[in-house]
Amino acid sequence: MELTMAGALNAALRDSMREDDSVVVYGEDVGKLGGVFRISDGLQAEMGVDRCFDTPVAESGIVGTAIGMALYGMRPVVEMQFDGFSYPALDQVISHVAKYRSRTRGRVGLPLVIRIPYGGGIGAVEHHSESPEAYYAHTAGLTVVSPGTTADAYALLRASIAYDDPVIFLEPKRRYWLKEDLDLPVTAPPIGKAVVRREGTAATVIAYGPMVTTALEAATRAADESGIGLEVVDVRTLSPLDIDTLVSSATKTGRALVVHEAARFAGYGAEIAAEVNERAFGYLAAPVLRVTGWDVPYPSAKIESHFLPDADRILDAVARLLEY
Amino acid sequence: MTVEVSSTASGPSSFPGLSKAAWQDVAAEGALGDALSHDVELTAEQLRNLYRLMALSRRVDRQAINLTRQGALGVFASSQGQEAAQVGAVFALEADDWLFPTYRETVGTFARGVDIVELLALFSGSWHCGFNPYQYRVAPLTTPLATQALHAVGLAMAARIRHDPVVAMTFFGDGAASEGDAHEALNMAAVFGAPVVFVVQNNGYAISVPYRLQTKASSIALRAAGVGMPGVRVDGNDVVSVYGAVRTAVERARRGDGPTLIEAVTYRLEAHTTADDTTRYRSDDEAASWRGRDPIERFLGALREGGVVDDAFLASVEAEGDAVAARMRDFLFDAPAGDPREMFDHVYATRTPLLEAERSMLQQELTAAQETT
Repeated sequence: MELTMAGALNAALRDSMREDDSVVVYGEDVGKLGGVFRISDGLQAEMGVDRCFDTPVAESGIVGTAIGMALYGMRPVVEMQFDGFSYPALDQVISHVAKYRSRTRGRVGLPLVIRIPYGGGIGAVEHHSESPEAYYAHTAGLTVVSPGTTADAYALLRASIAYDDPVIFLEPKRRYWLKEDLDLPVTAPPIGKAVVRREGTAATVIAYGPMVTTALEAATRAADESGIGLEVVDVRTLSPLDIDTLVSSATKTGRALVVHEAARFAGYGAEIAAEVNERAFGYLAAPVLRVTGWDVPYPSAKIESHFLPDADRILDAVARLLEY
Repeated sequence: MTVEVSSTASGPSSFPGLSKAAWQDVAAEGALGDALSHDVELTAEQLRNLYRLMALSRRVDRQAINLTRQGALGVFASSQGQEAAQVGAVFALEADDWLFPTYRETVGTFARGVDIVELLALFSGSWHCGFNPYQYRVAPLTTPLATQALHAVGLAMAARIRHDPVVAMTFFGDGAASEGDAHEALNMAAVFGAPVVFVVQNNGYAISVPYRLQTKASSIALRAAGVGMPGVRVDGNDVVSVYGAVRTAVERARRGDGPTLIEAVTYRLEAHTTADDTTRYRSDDEAASWRGRDPIERFLGALREGGVVDDAFLASVEAEGDAVAARMRDFLFDAPAGDPREMFDHVYATRTPLLEAERSMLQQELTAAQETT
């Protein structure tokens, strides 16, 4: 059946809750309203207010209480309403969510999921279009997942809820309405595995989350307009990173770029570029390039299209890779 | 509030109805009631045990300070003067209840039953949390202030969802009460009716900063009204009052009537930690006056007067203290540092490829170091 990414996420929450009564879903407006993006639509009605509920507007409180819930054996799935409002919870995430297993010498793991709609491209007001993935990926102890397809949205959210370590689940909000024909429950490679979305030989485009669609669009255009075969790799799990799949593709094509919406400086792409350079240096015909948003605070809606990487920006970088 | 608006208004002064407004004032602060007398049910056995735990706590605390001076602990945060507040509070818990302490509550956590050597791992530097939280139903001693209060609320919410008669208690201080997480914890506990007891040890100082620079309110207990839960202020140096107030709150939480905020007013007789210097911010006279209100001496006086304790009992407590102190010396001096490779073992449930690679790199460093020695 045809399903949007939002619908797939909703189905993943519902199926997880039906399967395991320790799964609870909560956050701001997730109960009666079903979330501002309707990701938890209908869950409170079906599961009851103990399993899906609204909280006060307190992001640190939402994450902090999830820690206590997980400590007691629940599997809380909490929502940060928008990327820009996830920051009040960073202390709980960095100081506790990430460290609890290590601090307790492996005795206490925290099976919890923090869902964050992230990224721009929806014409939103300030603080609603952030790409905070590097903050989380830089923090040891966190597992950071971001689906780029509707099938992955379902499969990776299910896997994240069943995971025994805390997962930061970054949902590419501009792709919430991306449709795919799916038969649920769909399966997919596990957390920690990257996937080649499209095969090619000229260059590798590494992407995740909202940029998977953009990278595939660039690959289609490169093939149609210039006969260039781009390989697109979907990272899927930012931490732990499946570097082997990335390196194997870069080794094959000899050219690679990484694309993300977040700013370039000290960004997630720098890690991928450094790792691919270290491991595939002898096979590369050109340095690994980064195609990113600019190093500015996220701009206002009317000019955001000039900030966001698009197929043109990717194809310009591909040209530089090929001309190098 | 509705505002009356005249429909025929055309100027500011000629139609006074247009400029009418209404609002409500909050009654002036000072809603703390008089101290009321309560009967607290405690058997002679329980009274003796309370004294025993407080006396052992003092002994443990002194030994920890000495061990710090001797280099066996890197640092230690003393609880001297706060034994009644901590011991009295945890004494009100049942076995299935949970405790969420901070680094200030070593003696309360000790009184809860956590092995003292495991407990002091945080300060000896052998591991951040040296005990198994599930064994004691005690969360790790937390250092980011007030963050653990939210964990207590979450655990209590979970217990409520499961219909388990479990209560979560958390401590924080007058300084931590200024943190946003303290407010979020109180508010969320109240909203969800979570079975939590918040025990604020108001010891007058956050390191060097006095209470009056944390809040303009006369009592932290007053905050309970702001979030809609019962608030209590109690003499934190009177162990029976602390126990009575906390026990009442624990019972209220357990029967489903929600959280309570209890402010125990006390004083930190020693410095913030062994790395602190009190002479820079408070007078000897002030500390001396609080030494005169020592919670252990005060309780012992009452117990003697009531004929609850005798010399034989006191001698047995003294001997038990000697044994605990000896155990601390035995196990904290020259405690092995442990295997550094273990740092890679508990980041995730299983080691990731990155951690495997880094573990091998450390192994090479260790091997090289061994070969050169």
